[in-house]
Amino acid sequence: MTNMGQKGSFQSLPQGCELIGDLKISEVMTRNVLAVPRNTTIREAQSIMKENSITGVPVVDSRVVVGIVSMNDIMNALESGRMDDPVTDWMTFEVQALAEEMPLSFAISAFSKYPFRRFPVVNKRNELAGIITFRNINLALIRELSRQLQEKNNLNEHSVDMSSLELVKEYLLSRYDFENGGKASSEIKKFLKGHGIPSRLIRRVAIASYELEINLVAHSDGGMLGFDINADRVVITSHDHGPGIADVDQALTEGFSTANEWIRSLGFGAGIGLPNIKRVSDEFIIQSTLGLGTMIRAVINIHTKDQHNN
Amino acid sequence: MTIKELQTDMNCRAVWNGWEDREVTGAYTSDLLSDVMARSEEGQVLITIQAHKNTVAVAVLKDLSGIITASNRPVPDDMIETARDEEIPVFVTDNNQYETGWRLHELGGF
Repeated sequence: MTNMGQKGSFQSLPQGCELIGDLKISEVMTRNVLAVPRNTTIREAQSIMKENSITGVPVVDSRVVVGIVSMNDIMNALESGRMDDPVTDWMTFEVQALAEEMPLSFAISAFSKYPFRRFPVVNKRNELAGIITFRNINLALIRELSRQLQEKNNLNEHSVDMSSLELVKEYLLSRYDFENGGKASSEIKKFLKGHGIPSRLIRRVAIASYELEINLVAHSDGGMLGFDINADRVVITSHDHGPGIADVDQALTEGFSTANEWIRSLGFGAGIGLPNIKRVSDEFIIQSTLGLGTMIRAVINIHTKDQHNN
Repeated sequence: MTIKELQTDMNCRAVWNGWEDREVTGAYTSDLLSDVMARSEEGQVLITIQAHKNTVAVAVLKDLSGIITASNRPVPDDMIETARDEEIPVFVTDNNQYETGWRLHELGGF
């Protein structure tokens, strides 16, 4: 088993980097960024933020960022009854801006290093070019994960022989959709049964895939369960959009669970799902980055001499 | 012991009829579906108070012979529907889980 989960978002940076590859901040940031001039009042800034459903807006002086005004600053002004002050009286002056040419990993490390939830992005002339939030990074990561999965699937499709036992399939699962949790496992079980795979092996696949399905609906913000089956092995891949696991070792400890009462009332959340998957798998890899998501790969061999006893 | 014998001997009610009779090789008691997933064995009947369609999903995936919902737990319609689709016999008994397990041990010898 490769256990790549780490504590703290700063330490988890290398995995993030691996996944996002060579992406630059400019490819991920929001370009149509709203900015306000120095003489804007707090009240005006507040209504701009409300209308656009944003929680912070950069303050510019002929396109150069001079500060950033956040919901927090507005709350402070409101408390003091000074909503008609210019934003410059309340904004944060020490703005940490990022350059659009920087690799995305710089942005991820900036989020770990500073308490800010958004960073203005500037071009070479130091003018405002965009804004980057965690949401941008999440979206980029999901895009990248899907692309890599697709590439991997394409590769596998070309390398396996044309035997009848072959299936590449993906299932999308949403948070708390317990009604459909189990559907994928059931379909895969029927497929394997139809191809005469020994039931002992099928049950191991069923255990791993069912627990992964339930994990996606119970614990993630939604994600994807992928199956890649050929005559040699069943590969099950699960990847989700977050929230990520703070401590992977702890999550793999039998009995540890973060499940709420409702999940428990449905018969899950006893803290045995992940250890179960690991136990029935011939290969088990888990990668998780807090705030970004979790990827799990479980492989069950069909043709090996030393198969597990279930 | 078969499922049909179990129904008669244990005096429990089937929530749907028309299932095929099958051999019961043992019993497993738990309300935690992950635990059932991990430790139950093919052919066993599940004694549980977890009356939910997910219970049926687990029974199907683990090739269990049937489900007994103990302590007269109400079985929701969608669970009955799923059980019928998946051909999993589901019974309701007034006895609690301990009593059900004990009686099965007495009657079935496991």
